[in-house]
Amino acid sequence: MTMSNNPQLNRNGELQHLLTTEGLPASILLNILDTAESFIGVTERDVKKVPLLRGKSIFNLFFEPSTRTRTTFEIAAKRLSADVVNLNIAASSQSKGETLLDTVNNLSAMHADMFVVRHSQSGAAHLIARHVQPEIHVINAGDGRHAHPTQALLDMFTIRHYKLDFHKLRVAIVGDILHSRVARSQIHALTTLGVPEVRVIAPKTLLPAKVGRLGVHVYHQMEQGLKDVDVLLMLRLQNERMLSARLPSAEEYFKYYGLTQEKLALAKHDAIVLHPGPMNRGVEIDSAVADGKQSVILPQVTFGIAVRMAVMSILAGN
Amino acid sequence: MKLVIKGGRVIDPQSQLDAIMDVFVAAGKIVGVGTVPVGFHANREINAKDLVVCPGLVDLSARLREPGFEYKATLESEMEAAVAGGITSLACSPDTDPPLDEPGLVEMLKHRAKGLNQAHVYPIGALTQGLKGERLTEMAELRDAGCVAFGQSDMPFTNARVMMHAMQYASTFGFGVWLRPQDASLANGGVAHDGEVATRLGLPAISVCAETVALSNIILMAKETGATVHLCRISSAEGVAMVRAARQQGLPVTCDVAANHMHLSEMDIGFFDSNCHLVPPLRGLSDRNALRAGLLDGTIDAVCSDHTPVDEDAKLLPFGEAEAGATGLELLLPLTLKWAAEMRIPLVAALAKVTMEPARILGIDAGHLSPGAAADLCIFDPDQYWKVEAAALKSQGKNTPFLGMELQGKVKYTLVNGNIVNQG
Amino acid sequence: MQLPDVEQLLANLARKIQPDIAANTALVGIYTGGVWLAKRLHRDLEITLPLGTLDVSFYRDDFGQIGLHPQVKPSDIPFEVEGSHIILVDDVLYTGRTIRAAINELFDYGRPASIRLATLIDRGGRELPVTAQYVGAELALSLDKMLALEKDIDGRLSLSLYNKNTP
Repeated sequence: MTMSNNPQLNRNGELQHLLTTEGLPASILLNILDTAESFIGVTERDVKKVPLLRGKSIFNLFFEPSTRTRTTFEIAAKRLSADVVNLNIAASSQSKGETLLDTVNNLSAMHADMFVVRHSQSGAAHLIARHVQPEIHVINAGDGRHAHPTQALLDMFTIRHYKLDFHKLRVAIVGDILHSRVARSQIHALTTLGVPEVRVIAPKTLLPAKVGRLGVHVYHQMEQGLKDVDVLLMLRLQNERMLSARLPSAEEYFKYYGLTQEKLALAKHDAIVLHPGPMNRGVEIDSAVADGKQSVILPQVTFGIAVRMAVMSILAGN
Repeated sequence: MKLVIKGGRVIDPQSQLDAIMDVFVAAGKIVGVGTVPVGFHANREINAKDLVVCPGLVDLSARLREPGFEYKATLESEMEAAVAGGITSLACSPDTDPPLDEPGLVEMLKHRAKGLNQAHVYPIGALTQGLKGERLTEMAELRDAGCVAFGQSDMPFTNARVMMHAMQYASTFGFGVWLRPQDASLANGGVAHDGEVATRLGLPAISVCAETVALSNIILMAKETGATVHLCRISSAEGVAMVRAARQQGLPVTCDVAANHMHLSEMDIGFFDSNCHLVPPLRGLSDRNALRAGLLDGTIDAVCSDHTPVDEDAKLLPFGEAEAGATGLELLLPLTLKWAAEMRIPLVAALAKVTMEPARILGIDAGHLSPGAAADLCIFDPDQYWKVEAAALKSQGKNTPFLGMELQGKVKYTLVNGNIVNQG
Repeated sequence: MQLPDVEQLLANLARKIQPDIAANTALVGIYTGGVWLAKRLHRDLEITLPLGTLDVSFYRDDFGQIGLHPQVKPSDIPFEVEGSHIILVDDVLYTGRTIRAAINELFDYGRPASIRLATLIDRGGRELPVTAQYVGAELALSLDKMLALEKDIDGRLSLSLYNKNTP
């Protein structure tokens, strides 16, 4: 029941772990974005490495399988000259009954400097951060429905790259907010960075209770929700939603909540479209939009590597 | 042995007594309250100056973990914890392994408990075989073996027809039916209250509807079958309102709340504190306030500990995976005192909620200090603070949201049948 | 202590570099003071190749002690490093560690034909074998003093001396 101080910050108020965008001051978020800016230059040259994290060991602890996210973290770590170890725990120790913390303790004994953790349960990264030795930094690569801070940060980086000033924007997040760790992290980052209007657009079955308290305006219709929007953050729809009786079919979802050229036209003419990937074409987004000129989905991926390099560097240096 | 408890502040809710006086015990019974019985010569004396002397506490729900869960806790440790908490009578939950659905198991449990010579144990028997909600248990046989009422613990009925028959059958014999109002399919997979905290933390949520829909079913069926129903662990404002309305319509339903829910809300989950993973979940502040008001106005009859010792490994997991429950026998008294102090309720009224009221619900002669009653007493220092930490708890369960906090109210002596079974 | 006038030093420096300027000479300034100076030299010496700027934060050897500098600026080398003749420009040459980092960083862009160093002030105190080919002035300073180049609102450059550990 102890309400401890922010578990992400050390005594000097510096970032010790990156677990969630919630509760981080704008200065820390902006510092990550600014640092990422410098790493973009690195990713554009021939030698895409800098020696910053040479000699450091970064362990990717993926309790929930994911090739994309794990790969981007691996690339980011290697570009910082760090040593990377990938562990797909889903298969091995968990099935042998080894507890989460036992796994972490065993790995700590192997002199890890940083853990990048993905887990299917909300709060897993916080639990690990509470129990690692003080020198080890933890990055949350996604825990249950709770948070995916690096994804939100790369989305913020992308928005700033194209739109420059957060204070003038109307941003809409569309899709399964209820189950989305990306959406939660995006909402906290957007409100912290001063975006004056954040909207969520979803059917009632895909919205969490009291979501308005997070500082968002709630819409159930795309037609109203997308009007005059500058940035569209699309979320992926999982098949399970039909099975758990929250939605009847992907087809009906696409008709009312999928992003088509027509619906996109309701937003500002220079609105940008983001998606964390992987996309379900024809479910939450139309191919014409995904591949169209307003889509910034591919640049998101490049920016994602720079943002993760920034996060790792800042943590390792604190 | 002839014992005199001298100079304590004697509080007996049943007779509305709250005065400094002596209490006299002989042959395991109370033989005098205030007045010395003729020819009484004490051979033992307890100095109760500045202490409160009240009936031993009656706890409506404790998981003793035997049989089946001995790695979590044993009868020895938990019975010691009970008397350390000033509890002299407790009802234990049927969800042991195997569940208490066979007379033999009940007899063995009672026998084991009796042999420890500590608190009186009143088993709640399973309503259905294996608690599966399909076939009825031999309730009459179980009553003969010692069960005082029947329930399903946390295992909800999924078949309403079976629930109705269980209530009708119990009602035939006048047996009490104890039910937790939580609809299984609505609660499905949820681990926290469907409110702002679950939304922020991304925790699968349990809507208040899970409680109110189940309550509605139980109340309607109680009316229909005439069963004597006790509702276990109310958690929401709407739930309290429904119970109040049912009572106003004359339905003889009783209701309890867990001590933790009197004080805590979803906010206390903080950064995923798994000690706050409880069933039912900690709900919003307005729900908590409604529970406190409900206990005050009598809609809620009693407070219980809902004692659930959980081993450390089962709590050191992400919130949703952590086993639900909190240790509670040793916190029932201080948490009740805390509620009384915060709501400015006189001790004589507050202590009723953990003595005479739960005794009435259990249908046992306990929770009062009348001459002739069994000498089951709790003597405590209402002002003394103690720190809730592992070393201070006798229970093997150290899992409580109050870990690390200081609470007021320290049990100094506990007597069962006139014997001092705990000295703090 | 009387600090030298920056304009005079710049003129000095430019005079020394001038004879060695060729069509393929490239100037690279090290943030932050070195970039201000490099911009001036680039203009005054009429260098044809575009100006390069270098932030050495990712190549420093003290990351383990002091962590990442809070304001990393993007490095920008808009010419082909492979086979180039580069003049690195910095404001104060002291231990030589910044130059070591800058050289390492340049080599991650390609293999230059030559690198020379121009510095406004050489204050001695080298900890690595680094020499500047073009020096504005030499200044002996005690270990507790820090020397920095500053720019005021109107863009005027000046030197300022302060005690180490002064916030």
